Amino acid sequence: MLRDCINILFTALPFIAVPFVTQKSIVSLAQYVRVLKLFWQVTIAAELEYRVNFVIAVISSIGGLAGSLFGLFLFYRTDYTFPGWLWSEALVVLGIFTILQGVAATFLVPNLNKIVSYVQEGTLDFVLLKPVSSQFWLSTHTVSLWGLPDLIFGLVIVFYAGRQVGLSALDYLAMLPPLGFGILSLYSLWFILGATSIWFVKIYNVTEVLRSLLEAGRFPIEGYPAAYRVFFTFIIPVAFLTTVPAKTMMGRSEPTWLLGSALLALILFQFSRWFWRFALRFYTSASS
Amino acid sequence: MPIIDVQNLRKVYPVAVKEAGMKGTLQHFFRRTYRNIEAVKQVSFSIEPGEVVGFLGPNGAGKTTTLKMLTGLIHPSSGHVSVADYRPFERRNDFLQKITLIMGQKQQLLWDLPALDSLRINAAVYNLSDTEFRQRVGELAEMLSIQDQLRQPVRKLSLGERMKAEMLAALLHRPKVLFLDEPTLGLDVNAQTAVRTFLQEYNQRYGATILLTSHYMADITALCDRVLVIHQGSLIYDGLLDGLLEQFAPYREISVEFDRTQSIDPATLQTYGNLQSLEGCQATFLIKSDELTQTVTRLLNTLKIQDLTITEPPIEDVISQVFATGRT
Repeated sequence: MLRDCINILFTALPFIAVPFVTQKSIVSLAQYVRVLKLFWQVTIAAELEYRVNFVIAVISSIGGLAGSLFGLFLFYRTDYTFPGWLWSEALVVLGIFTILQGVAATFLVPNLNKIVSYVQEGTLDFVLLKPVSSQFWLSTHTVSLWGLPDLIFGLVIVFYAGRQVGLSALDYLAMLPPLGFGILSLYSLWFILGATSIWFVKIYNVTEVLRSLLEAGRFPIEGYPAAYRVFFTFIIPVAFLTTVPAKTMMGRSEPTWLLGSALLALILFQFSRWFWRFALRFYTSASS
Repeated sequence: MPIIDVQNLRKVYPVAVKEAGMKGTLQHFFRRTYRNIEAVKQVSFSIEPGEVVGFLGPNGAGKTTTLKMLTGLIHPSSGHVSVADYRPFERRNDFLQKITLIMGQKQQLLWDLPALDSLRINAAVYNLSDTEFRQRVGELAEMLSIQDQLRQPVRKLSLGERMKAEMLAALLHRPKVLFLDEPTLGLDVNAQTAVRTFLQEYNQRYGATILLTSHYMADITALCDRVLVIHQGSLIYDGLLDGLLEQFAPYREISVEFDRTQSIDPATLQTYGNLQSLEGCQATFLIKSDELTQTVTRLLNTLKIQDLTITEPPIEDVISQVFATGRT
């Protein structure tokens, strides 16, 4: 089971490497994929040394999931429904949210929360002297298997709820682009926050703020008052992370939302790259 | 054609100034005042391919700042730097393939894993093929004699072994220019010697250019013919190591053991030169190099002497004296 998951992870490699490749040559893409593969092989080897950790991650994941299922159940038991959302449809949103949580715990947390210590310990120097993009290095050098249980349970919920809603294989595929854009947006926001450690050096908790705001993605965005909806769409784009992929899946999403989600992701990603270069100008002139 | 060329290199840092006390803290918070610190002032030098050059200076003299400008980690405030025909601060991939920076107090190897894992990552980053990787690791591990330790987690290695593994990781891409910042810091004498011998061998085998800073003069004397001395941001000496002694310590130490029948009077001894110590029949003088022959002849002719030795002052003392007085 674990092996399969790891294999699936590795087949996803090229897609993760693509955005970082600056020279549009196949050669450098191949090199990036090779580096990425090694990064992950090495960290997975290190993490599997500690088996108890993984068991605990599974248990905490089940616990967290039971909690949110119960929360959702409380809403619908009293005949309250999110406007326009059936119980099983809301469950899809919860499933996508759980997948995102898994993605964050697997890919984002272990890397982006460590930028701070790179800056503090000065080991960023080594990264900057490597002939690969430093943003790529900092964003991908480890993965944590801790997120895998969330990924798996998230998929289980989506498929379970999807069956009740009556989704086809095509619908699941349709969900992938908006989900991918959502992840890219989330990554970019997270990275931008991590990059501010160049100036503030001690900001271990700044990404926690982002994380707790993302909790809002647990439920369909229509469940929130209008003001909140504006906030979670335009300020912290939570709506694009879970609600839009779920709606797309159920064939209820308007093209404008899809387009918006793609635009947002690309703009945020480009901005994160620009921001990192901008931040480095300060790192390189301030440290001795 | 020099491989490292530096002209009028200058680096100015703005440093926030804060008065002591609560009032100062508040002022510091609301209206910060900055003072410019000139860490490196108009430094110029050039290094030919294959040279091993020592970079000396007390803490805070500007050594690390200069190394960081040479490797492209920081942007010079003004002046010209070129390393292997590249402008370092652009950090082009071709440039990064040609250089390396080894820092004695920082490490790049992954702590919990065998060094070999970190090496494989570096091989991929520098785009080495598997054959190249195996061959180079074999070769360097043999030169460093750490073949057996590469499979142990880095945290289980001794400081000396770790430094060797760090060097291996930093040299896997066979850089042409090596920058070393205190590579022997904290190592015991054996490990220091091993590192020196390795660097010497690496330099000879691959014709690599090496610029290193160290607080251990033994590193410098063993490796470098040429030294650069930087003090308070200015280059105060650039030339042969031997010349450094001539310029900053143009004197020799003469130790004399008198015959027991010789009456010893400090006042008369003072006339021969700068009397440093007098204990029983033993006396030491500091004599200017150019008066050396004359003084020795005079001593031998007029006093009954059993033994006489002439020594160069220890280079550590000379250096620290130079730094203490800031003489140029």
